[in-house]
Amino acid sequence: MAYFVPTNAEDIPPAEVAEMELYHPKSWVTKYVFSQDAKVIAIQYSFTAIAIGLVALVLSWLMRLQLGFPESFAFIDPTDYYQFITMHGMIMVIYLLTALFLGGFGNYLIPLMVGARDMVFPYVNMLSYWVYLLAVLVLVASWFVPGGPTGAGWTLYPPQAILSGTPGADGGIILMLVSLALFIIGFTMGGLNYVVTVLQARTRGMTLMRLPLTVWGIFVATILALLAFPALFVGAVMMLFDRLLGTSFFMPTIVALGEQLEYGGGSPILFQHLFWFFGHPEVYIVALPAFGIVSDLLSVHARRNIFGYRMMVWAIVVIGALSFVVWAHHMYVSGMNPYFGFFFATTTLIIAVPTALKVYNWVLTLWRGNIHLTIPMLFAIAFIITFVNGGITGLFLGNAVVDVPLSDTMFVVAHFHMVMGVAPILVIFGAIYHWYPLMTGRMLNQAMGQFHFWVTFLGAYTIFLPLHYLGFLGVPRRYFEMGETSFIPDSAETLNAFITVVALIVGFAQVVFIFNLVQSAFKGKLAGHNPWRATTLEWQTPEVPPGHGNFGKTLPNVYRWAYDYSVPGADQDFLPQNLPPEQVPADSGREDLSGAAAQPAE
Amino acid sequence: MVVALLLVLVVVGTVVFHFVSPWWWTPIASNWGYVDDTIIVTFWITGAVFVAVGLFMAYCVWRYRHRKETQAAYEPENTKLEVWLTVLTTVGVAGMLTPGLFVWDKFVSVPEEAAEVEAVGQQWQWTFRLPGKDGVLGTVDARNINVDNPFGLSPDDANGQDDVLIESDELHLPLDRPVKVLLRSIDVLHDFYVPEFRAKMDMVPGMITYFWLTPTRTGTFDILCFELCGTGHYAMRGRVVVEEESAYQAWVEEQSTFAEMSAQAGNGAGKATSLALSEGEVDSVDSGSAR
Repeated sequence: MAYFVPTNAEDIPPAEVAEMELYHPKSWVTKYVFSQDAKVIAIQYSFTAIAIGLVALVLSWLMRLQLGFPESFAFIDPTDYYQFITMHGMIMVIYLLTALFLGGFGNYLIPLMVGARDMVFPYVNMLSYWVYLLAVLVLVASWFVPGGPTGAGWTLYPPQAILSGTPGADGGIILMLVSLALFIIGFTMGGLNYVVTVLQARTRGMTLMRLPLTVWGIFVATILALLAFPALFVGAVMMLFDRLLGTSFFMPTIVALGEQLEYGGGSPILFQHLFWFFGHPEVYIVALPAFGIVSDLLSVHARRNIFGYRMMVWAIVVIGALSFVVWAHHMYVSGMNPYFGFFFATTTLIIAVPTALKVYNWVLTLWRGNIHLTIPMLFAIAFIITFVNGGITGLFLGNAVVDVPLSDTMFVVAHFHMVMGVAPILVIFGAIYHWYPLMTGRMLNQAMGQFHFWVTFLGAYTIFLPLHYLGFLGVPRRYFEMGETSFIPDSAETLNAFITVVALIVGFAQVVFIFNLVQSAFKGKLAGHNPWRATTLEWQTPEVPPGHGNFGKTLPNVYRWAYDYSVPGADQDFLPQNLPPEQVPADSGREDLSGAAAQPAE
Repeated sequence: MVVALLLVLVVVGTVVFHFVSPWWWTPIASNWGYVDDTIIVTFWITGAVFVAVGLFMAYCVWRYRHRKETQAAYEPENTKLEVWLTVLTTVGVAGMLTPGLFVWDKFVSVPEEAAEVEAVGQQWQWTFRLPGKDGVLGTVDARNINVDNPFGLSPDDANGQDDVLIESDELHLPLDRPVKVLLRSIDVLHDFYVPEFRAKMDMVPGMITYFWLTPTRTGTFDILCFELCGTGHYAMRGRVVVEEESAYQAWVEEQSTFAEMSAQAGNGAGKATSLALSEGEVDSVDSGSAR
């Protein structure tokens, strides 16, 4: 195969569009508060997401206290418990994970990694954050209305979500739906930015097949979100109408608590289809950025090219596409036409193939590598184990008939926490340890990092592994307390108490992490330039942390893919993407290699 | 070294935990042993992948750990290896999907001879209805529901007159006879699940859902609501008694039909119990609005 390898700057392809005029802040307020700089917006997104995430963490402690020690805490009644689980779930999935991966990492890394000065629509980008903040505030406000926040479960299934037998049916559900609608509006503004920036603002030589996988993951996840969130938006608006105007989109004839209601003719299952048409892609909206980021962490810290780059890119794209035709695997026992089960079980299990290939390629990146067991690398390895564990239990639940006994048990809770809770959060931690030196110029403390890693990884695994087995036993999710049953042994209670203790310990480790984040910002070891010796553009900026406009006077030219680590014959074990070819020793082995190493430059 | 050892420990520990865990299926009491079998197949296939990936990764972490003189290999792709892995994974997935689809086909195909039983869910209690002597359930409409007609039966439908109404949370089923459980809710989503039966389905207001099973073991089993249905969800329990044919018939004889109940109600002796809330059983149903 003959590939064209550019030898000098004039030969590399031009950027997609000419450089544009940057917005320059004129005051402290426009620089740090109403900022249009994607890096500042990223940090605003991250702070807000982590702050509301801490609320969700505390909620998880409260619900674990109830599950581990039922009848011990007088201040937790069923109403509280259902509010805890609902708000915990919704915050974690939407307001923390989605916002942090796309609004946080997306904003910080996309412009830097593709070699752009900023997002293409900085003003809209700023609005995106402020609408997101408003959505979070509306969500928080639901604690302060009569009846408190909604306790309908994060899936918000009607009819119960808007009827009086469910906590928060007065005001809580209204604020929840309004908050979701706001979130989606805010996200759409940010999301359009990420997609257009990746497509239009890549620097000279940065072809799509030279993008780091982090960008690919965030890019495809954003496309999914732009297509999936409208379904949730529609569902939320229709439910608001049902609740406020008395329409019956999702409401059939109902006799609730002895009273004939005015509703009639609607379909509760319609809401479930809309919800999961969003909800399943949402899993990948969280997972794909994690896939991308972890690929880069593994490659950098194993000093080895990512294995099978092209397959990794195609796997991300194929997983993204398939994720739109599997949604009803959440609904095998919903009462929908049972013949749907054949189709959705098949599509769901097919999606396992590209996902498994990604796992193999991560492990094969470690194989024959030069593995530095840094904290980001530890988190990346822990992610793989956790993700494999959580992924294979997905093969149980995706197979319609196996889902019948397991749905709505603790097995489901364990599965989704492993695969879209713990696994992506391990990547977030790894990513923070990896990019913190870029964002602040200082390293995070190693000792605290080791403590944080081991407690979090082993603790989270210990929490969720046995939970699967309670699910086999038939312990349901969303039960305030088990009470008397004929089939649950006392040992299950002991296990629940044990899990609660471990959960509190893991929670404490997060406090250490937060302390580390704050302390290292002032006292951390100075990171200097490119401390991990990475190839990607974000580390090649003239200033650390990168300044306004990212790259100083001229944008970098890109000459190669993002994974030239340990190239035979090169005098260092990494070749930055913007290192001109004339500075690479002539006997370097990279030109002889076919495949993704040398992409044709059109 | 430590990291590799701990990875091995996590993988081996997971497998050991699987085998020594005291938490496992309840002994099955229905024909859905196929479901358990499919799960066992899935366990073996996915377990092998989990162990292989985990141990191989532990090996890599130990064997390719950073040392001063070493350098990583430079190998962007290996088409042969990638194709092999794709093929093997596809075979493994097919090995789980194929039995799964066959069993699903059984699950959705109700045998013709299956008797019909209706379970009705409402916040937060169960009631049941049997078709009576004519073997046909009468038509129902949620608009007919009132204190004297808690099931919402159509008064003009002759098929409904002999329907047996069970206003208690205990359902009896005859042993070894296939039964189609028709599911109905009058308020919100519920889900009828007996862990020993391995089969469940949501109950959706506005429509009738169903599943079928053949009870294969006598005994008394818990019915749990398995779809969040409000504050009292966790307390929405019932019982299924599976018994020999003769005992079952005796139990059916004790129950009242719709006609009998209507007559009673007409005599002014109707009991206004069925729509009363189980508030006694559920603490603080209303406390939501108080906080």
